[in-house]
This record gives sequence, C-alpha cells and structure tokens, in this order.
Amino acid sequence: MLEQIEGSQAVARAVACCRPEVVCAYPISPQTHIIEAIGVLVRTGELAPCEFINVESEFAALSVSIGASATGARAYTATASQGLLYMMEAVHNASGLELPIVMTLANRAIGAPINIWNDHSDAMAASDAGWIQLFAETNQEAADLHVLAFRLAEELSLPVMVCMDGFILTHAVEQVDLPEQAQVDAYLPPYSPRQFLDPADPVSIGAMVGPEAFAEVKVLAHLRQLDALERIPELAAGFEVVFGRPSAGLVSSYRTDDAGTVVVALGSVLGTIKDAVDERRLAGERVGVVGITTFRPFPVEAVRRALVGARRVVVVEKAFRPGGGGLLSGDISLALRDAEVTLHTVVAGLGGRPVTRRGIESVLGAAERDELGGLSFLDLDNDVVEAERARVLSSDPVEPSGAATVRRRPPPVATRVGESP
Amino acid sequence: MFQVRIHGRGGQGVVAAAEILSMASFDEGRHAQAFPSFGSERMGAPVVSYCRIDDRPIRTHEPIAEPDALIVQDATLVHQVDLFSGLTGEAYVLVNTSKSFEELGLADFAAGFRPDRLLTCPATALALEHVGRPLPNAALLGGFAALTGRVSLDALVRAIGERFAGAVGTANAAAAGAAYAYVKDEARMERDRGVSARAGAD
Repeated sequence: MLEQIEGSQAVARAVACCRPEVVCAYPISPQTHIIEAIGVLVRTGELAPCEFINVESEFAALSVSIGASATGARAYTATASQGLLYMMEAVHNASGLELPIVMTLANRAIGAPINIWNDHSDAMAASDAGWIQLFAETNQEAADLHVLAFRLAEELSLPVMVCMDGFILTHAVEQVDLPEQAQVDAYLPPYSPRQFLDPADPVSIGAMVGPEAFAEVKVLAHLRQLDALERIPELAAGFEVVFGRPSAGLVSSYRTDDAGTVVVALGSVLGTIKDAVDERRLAGERVGVVGITTFRPFPVEAVRRALVGARRVVVVEKAFRPGGGGLLSGDISLALRDAEVTLHTVVAGLGGRPVTRRGIESVLGAAERDELGGLSFLDLDNDVVEAERARVLSSDPVEPSGAATVRRRPPPVATRVGESP
Repeated sequence: MFQVRIHGRGGQGVVAAAEILSMASFDEGRHAQAFPSFGSERMGAPVVSYCRIDDRPIRTHEPIAEPDALIVQDATLVHQVDLFSGLTGEAYVLVNTSKSFEELGLADFAAGFRPDRLLTCPATALALEHVGRPLPNAALLGGFAALTGRVSLDALVRAIGERFAGAVGTANAAAAGAAYAYVKDEARMERDRGVSARAGAD
C-alpha cells in the first residue's frame, strides 16, 4: 500500500512483515526509530510471535541474535557506526557460523571525532566480515531489500546487512509502497534452518578449526558469497512477480548507453547524481550513472558489463581510508583491470556534509575539462587543511593539534543554514 | 518542484510541520519529501526542516539551500540564524509574530520581496486560542496554504488529523483554519496595498 511514511517506519513495517521471531538491538542514532517502531509492533502484538530483547550493548545485541539464529529462529537486528564496531567480533562470528541474520545498518560516520551524521565508513569497516551488503538508494528500496534479504540470507545461510543512509533516508518522509503481509508470505517461506541447536539432539556449532581445514572453511564461505551473485538477480526477478514492482539487484544503470563518462556510487546520493546527470545531458554531455546495490559480494562481472564503453569512470564515495583511498574505487578498478578507462575517486559527504547536485555537476565539469585528479574531495575547504598543516609544522609539538583545533574554526559552508554552531 | 524550509526551535513541532505538509501534498496526489536538519536537536535549539513538493518523483536528497517558501516558527531567530539564506525576491516568507516586519527590524529586508508574498501571522496566539499550547506549527501550515496556494486547507486538515488523534487533531485543525483565514485576509490587504501603490505612482 502506498503511504507517505518515514523511512525508518517503512523499514520497521517491512521487517515486521518478514515475521522475525527474535529482534535484539541496542539504540543508536540514526537507527533508533527503526527499532523503536518494531518494539511498538511487538508490544501491541501486531508482530507475533516475536520476542524483542533489550540488552546492554551492541555486542550483546548481535550475540543474542547469533544465539537466537542458532536455535533456528529468524533473527533481526539493526545498528550504526560505533555500534557496528562494538559488535564487530560477533559480526565475523555470525558469518563464520553461517547464520542468516538480517541487520539494518543506518549508515553513519565513525569517530573520532565523534559525528552522528551520514557517511559509509561503518559499512566499509565491515566489508570484509563475510556478510552480504546491500545498499538502498531510496526508502522504497530500503523496505523492499529487507524482504529480499531474509530470503537470500536463509537460502544461502549467510547474514545480510541492508545499508540505508542514516538521516538522509531513515528520517526522510516520502512515499513508499509498503510490502503487504500476503505478498511477503508468498515471497518469503518460513525459515527452515540448515543446522540448529536442539537440546534433544545436542551438537556443537562453531567448534575450533585448525590449520588442516581453516582455509577450506574460508573458501567455502567465499563460494557461498559468489552464489549470492547468481541468486540475487533471480530473487529480484521473483520479487517483481510477487510485488508488481522491480527490486534492486546487483547494479543499476541510468543513461549509460552512450555515456563516455559514468559516475558510480552507493546509496541515496544516486538520486542527486541522477539529477546532476540530467542537467549535464541538457548541456550535451554524454554522462550516466551506475549504482551498486550489491556491494558484498562485489559483482565484478555485472559492474564490468555496466561500465562497458565508458572512457572515464568517476567513483563518488562516502568513505575513504586515510593513507589509502577509496574502497569502492579499489573494487571498481578490479572490475576494469583490462579496460582502457580513466578512473577518478571523488570522496564526498563525509560526516554528513551535503552532497549537492551542483557539487556533482562541478565534478562532471572538471572531468569533462580533464581537470579531475585521481583522488579528490568534494567541497573541501583547502584553506583550513593548509593552514592547519602549516600551523602544526611550525608549532611547538606540545600544543594541541588536529581535530581539537580545526573545530574552533568557522564551520564549512554546508552547515551554515540553520545549524547551531 | 516547490521547496519549503521551516525554521524554529526544538519542541515547536518544526519537523512535524514538514511531515504534515508532505502528507497533505501526498494526499493531493503529489510527490513530497520531508526531512529534518540532521543534528543533535534539543529543546529550544534552532531547528530546520525541509519539504519538497513536485508532480514527479523526487530523487534528490540534498538540503534545501534555495527555498521557494520560508516558514519561520520563532521570530526570535531572525537575528540569530541566517534564516533568509538562498531566498530570491519571488520567495514566499511567513513569519510567526504579532509584530510587523518593521518592528522586527526587518524593514530593509522586507523591501526586497513582493509585499503579497511576505507576511506575518500570529500563529502562537492562534495556537494558544485553539490548542491551548504555544505550538504554532499547524497554524502556520494553514497560513502557508493561504499564502502560497500550494496545498489545500482540506488536505492539511486531513493530514493534521492523521498526525494528531482526537481532540488535539481537531484543535490544531481549527488553528490551521483560523490562520488560513487570517492570512487570506492579510494577503488580500497586501495585494490591495500593492495595487493602490502602483495606481498612485501612475
């Protein structure tokens, strides 16, 4: 049913339609509205049977989810940012134990300096944890991907993280065609675990594996991830049959057919990039967009096909590794290793800095003029960076440096509108 | 696309106002997107919310830097926050106050706008009268509907009822209706003033 609804509420309703039996989460912005809403659905009995378990930390939240899933219950949790880091040991355990937990990650920056706003640092920090990672472009996709995620997770016995941009999507009120219970029931069969703990028939799950078999376990995990690349397009097609609307799958393309320059990105920024592409098209530039929905496993072949014909690829990333570069760019360059393509990384939107259509247009303009470097930062205040570098190099080493000093400077342009300092 | 920015303080229903406007626009068959400024909001701190309304799906998710309409829920912000950033002379501006723009110290600012699009509305007084609490958001939305014609009062009343159940919804709808009537009257007077001023110049 089409409703004007907050993204978090839409996700809560979609998750509830998936009939999770155990929901265990610890509140953290910007995920809080999702689990609050699910908590209400459990309390009112609209989501039943389901146990909502309050715990003292994210580590406990995922550990309880692991325990629940290991007993054969459909388990769901949600977190963000430092919450994900705090549960990280368990994140690896969930995938290593092949438990099909579904988690919403309301993407948020990682501190220090502490920052509650959106970027993709948290998802990137877990990109090697053995979870499938799906990125939603819109709240419609965020709601729908959760339904697909449970089906995918349980078919492959792998946990799935559905990433949605914190605040930008979680707190946006937009129209969403909500999955209906009958549709979800038709699409998502009851969970039938491959293995589960049963006191009547005791087994151990997750026993120690030594050098004689550890590599084989890891390769099996890798192959199951690759199986997901086969299954996701099939599950997306099946979703469309049941729900009457397309589902996101591996990658999506927009106006790429004749495009010499293609922008690649993850998540909600794709909408703004599409608007920018339309503007540049009006000016006669042949530009397009490729959105990556399935980030883990990385769909190398699908990305390669989507970027065939492009002479220039601009990867817009909401995260970056200090001392390294863009994580997504690394994956893209792997997909393009035999192609004659110029690859640019543009880091944008760190810590919630707005990514604007004009900003993206300026990137495309610079690319067109051959002025875009290998690694650049959108809307960066270079004066602040250079002044701080100069100050640190010239100052007494006992003086405070870094974030503590930069914070006292005037905030960058983007936060001026209505933000308290 | 029509873009609205709402300024106020934490606790005044600034975020709810944008949501209600988006729900009313959705109710009228349009696409709408409401979202808050993202931050550590708390009671009394400056808060911003946004609403986009369009006949086509809305893809962008950037903050609204150049609004077509501005609603100011708390006039004490006018000299504290850069409220009017990005406005053109064609923009609609609705300020919650029982003072005039001159009394707010905004006479020079007001001169740059169309007089029929720049209005004040005593929304807090109307809210106290109808709701019994100084929450001006619903009343201002009624004023916004009258000022811009971008959403109907009927749709707003339905959205307010959806958001606030029972007597609270009815009272807020009444406040919206009262502000609608007030602004309709103000706008007519401003237009009449504009016409007579031009007539005088001829």
